[in-house]
Amino acid sequence: MITARYHREIPQRYRLEAGKCLACGHLSFPPRLVCPECKAKKFETVTLSDEGTLVTFTVVRVASDKFSKETPFPVGIVELNGGVRVTAQIADANIDELKIGQKLRIVFRRIQDDGKAGILCYGYKAIMA
Amino acid sequence: MVGIVGYGAYLPRYRIKAETIARQWGTDPEAITRGLQLYEKTVPGQDEDTITISVSAARYALRRAQIDPQEIGAVYIGSESHPYAVKPSGTILIDALGIGPNVHVASYEFACKAGSEAMYVAYSHVKAGEMKYALGIGADTSQGAPGDALEYSASAGGAAFIMGSERVVAEILFTHSYTSDTPDFWRREGESYPRHGGRFTGDPAYFKHIMGAATALLEKSKMSPEDFKYAVFHMPNGKFPNEVGKRLGFKKEQLEAGWIVPWMGNTYSGSSPTGLAAILDVAKPGDLIFMVSFGSGAGSDGFIYRVTDEITKVQDRAPKLREMLDNQKTYLNYGEYAKFRRKIKLND
Ligand SMILES: [Zn+2]
Repeated sequence: MITARYHREIPQRYRLEAGKCLACGHLSFPPRLVCPECKAKKFETVTLSDEGTLVTFTVVRVASDKFSKETPFPVGIVELNGGVRVTAQIADANIDELKIGQKLRIVFRRIQDDGKAGILCYGYKAIMA
Repeated sequence: MVGIVGYGAYLPRYRIKAETIARQWGTDPEAITRGLQLYEKTVPGQDEDTITISVSAARYALRRAQIDPQEIGAVYIGSESHPYAVKPSGTILIDALGIGPNVHVASYEFACKAGSEAMYVAYSHVKAGEMKYALGIGADTSQGAPGDALEYSASAGGAAFIMGSERVVAEILFTHSYTSDTPDFWRREGESYPRHGGRFTGDPAYFKHIMGAATALLEKSKMSPEDFKYAVFHMPNGKFPNEVGKRLGFKKEQLEAGWIVPWMGNTYSGSSPTGLAAILDVAKPGDLIFMVSFGSGAGSDGFIYRVTDEITKVQDRAPKLREMLDNQKTYLNYGEYAKFRRKIKLND
């Protein structure tokens, strides 16, 4: 992951900052320049809830190189309180216990590193609440 | 009144039993469990490090303090396992918690007492009137060399303390530091694991410095051990803190609430700070707490706290240390542990 892109995405990756349309209230995560609902262009920054529910998940057993030492690991779609859905790795999970509909909480974890000498990339994951 | 306005601790959920490590190396488990009073220790997940542990602990501290993160004027993280050699851990933490950018940030290092140093300086800034709030954190994901005695104790966890002067939950009454050049434990640049002086780590190092800081602190405050409801000392193993407490005249009952090391291990910079968090979880208004850290090299920081009426309002706002210690554990075997701690050499 290149440093500039990682840096640009910090508000979303670290703090779940979304754009709330000032015209219709629609929440965009990540923020957009034009509201997909009403086409308005003015937004305020809001922080999404760090609590939510597991909508669906899958278990990654064959991962790309960077994540190959962490398999098997679940990746799920989490509906945060307020309605926004995010895709996130589910950390510390006992895969056999994971159930659709269960409560999850967003935590701050290391996502990957840019090789042995590159930057460390942090962001959100979900854990069982 | 200046002191702690919010505190939080965090422990990873993974554990390894001392017995599992002992069997791996053909050592008698009894020598560890009975001799050093170490039963199990925390292990960080593969995606956890000093920064993520600090963020979790500080988030709980903010939840307890209920303050605007923008009002925090300084963030100091003490650790001997900062993920970057050059780039302070606090730079990442402030962006995760919405602190700054108008904030002073630094990493502290002093073996196991880097956390209490961070608290010491954070407190001093607020006391000097330089800023409204300051955050001091001690966190580590320390490693012992495979088969070394340290492997049974080196664990992961941390605690965060927001210092302030309004709605103080534990007032800091006195502080004292005691430091000398003592080569009991060290790690040279570029080495993976620390070295230690074996028996030399006891009397000339741990005991001398803790006793030095503690004695001066008692003199300064004109208090005596029986005045305190609780005491917590740095916990490199189960035995040492009890022994130093005894030498100073503290009783077992005063140490019990903060004596978490037999099931947590030595969280290094997080050791006495997590012990303090465990005490604050159960403390009552008016209780006096005595705390002395120890960092090899060597030095000790001492604090005397008086718990205020505010404590009962904040205790339940975030998870308590004993809940994290006693529940939600995932035990690892030695192979999983070696993988988690990246002790296995892989192809790049
Ligand atoms: Zn809209």
